[in-house]
Amino acid sequence: MMISAVAFGGVLPWARRKLVEDRGWLSEREFLDTLALCQFLPGPNIVNLSIAVGGRFRGIPGSIAAFAGIMGLPCVIVVGLGALYTRYGQLAPVQNALLAVSAAASGMILAMAGKIAAPLFQRRPYESLPVIAAVFVAVALFRVPLIWALLVAAPASVAVSWWRRA
Amino acid sequence: MKQGDVLLALAANFLILSLLAFGGANAVIPEMHRQAVEVRHWMSDTEFVQLFAIAQAAPGPNVMVVTLVGWRVAGLAGALVATAAMIGPSWVLTYAVFRAWDRFKNRPWCMAIQNGLAPVTVGLVASSAFLLARAADTDTVTVLLTAGTAAAAYWTRINPLWVFAVAALLGVAGLI
Repeated sequence: MMISAVAFGGVLPWARRKLVEDRGWLSEREFLDTLALCQFLPGPNIVNLSIAVGGRFRGIPGSIAAFAGIMGLPCVIVVGLGALYTRYGQLAPVQNALLAVSAAASGMILAMAGKIAAPLFQRRPYESLPVIAAVFVAVALFRVPLIWALLVAAPASVAVSWWRRA
Repeated sequence: MKQGDVLLALAANFLILSLLAFGGANAVIPEMHRQAVEVRHWMSDTEFVQLFAIAQAAPGPNVMVVTLVGWRVAGLAGALVATAAMIGPSWVLTYAVFRAWDRFKNRPWCMAIQNGLAPVTVGLVASSAFLLARAADTDTVTVLLTAGTAAAAYWTRINPLWVFAVAALLGVAGLI
């Protein structure tokens, strides 16, 4: 378990395939439950997932192993890329490529916002739209510090969803 | 700033961000941007979005952007401090809570919190997209590239790496 935890890295669908389909460590249901918890808590989702799954099987050492497995190699790669960036980042072709990838990466995040917004619009449009708009205006346009935005928006939005619970 | 002060500042920033990261790393991009670019002037707008792009294109979780920012600000020590600070608090919390989770996951208040936080996360991720696009989209071609990528990622199951590879090639070819 400890060693093979190292094998799982990368993005969410991949983790699901490894944990549920290939290894059979978790049932589909358990995976979704654990994932829901990880999205509920603060922190990077996939990292939380590795901590929870590792912890479930081997306690604290398991969660440390799973975490090291998921972060270790990417950390090395990304720092290596960072070093290349410092060294060659100013060259014109590299600048152009980075500019293009930046534009594409922004589009990726936009699509992600759309994907999590779509089910909300369908289920609870009147509750969610004002919250989304208010958070966007405060954080993106007025650059309100995140902590204030969260302290105001999160309790308000949770209160609304409490009153309007089915 | 001295190296020690920088590391302290990094640690303080990311320790707090860790506990605010409802919705994952992409939800705290606006705050990272605010701190790194506007408050502390560690890097320019362009540099920030480029680091973000590198983290996205590299394998591994989204949170790698934190490692890169730390690395850019204070070298290897910065990368380690930023990553540990970003992971530490949420790690403890996840570990503590997941054992009790089975008992309360279907309680009404728990659902209310989940439902209430979801639109906040959408607002934050949308803010991330806006701030990144504002830094990256300098002309019509880049705006089209952002829109095209968003459409492709939303409506198809295309692997992002292909999109990044095509974008990089277009860039190197001087078309962007």
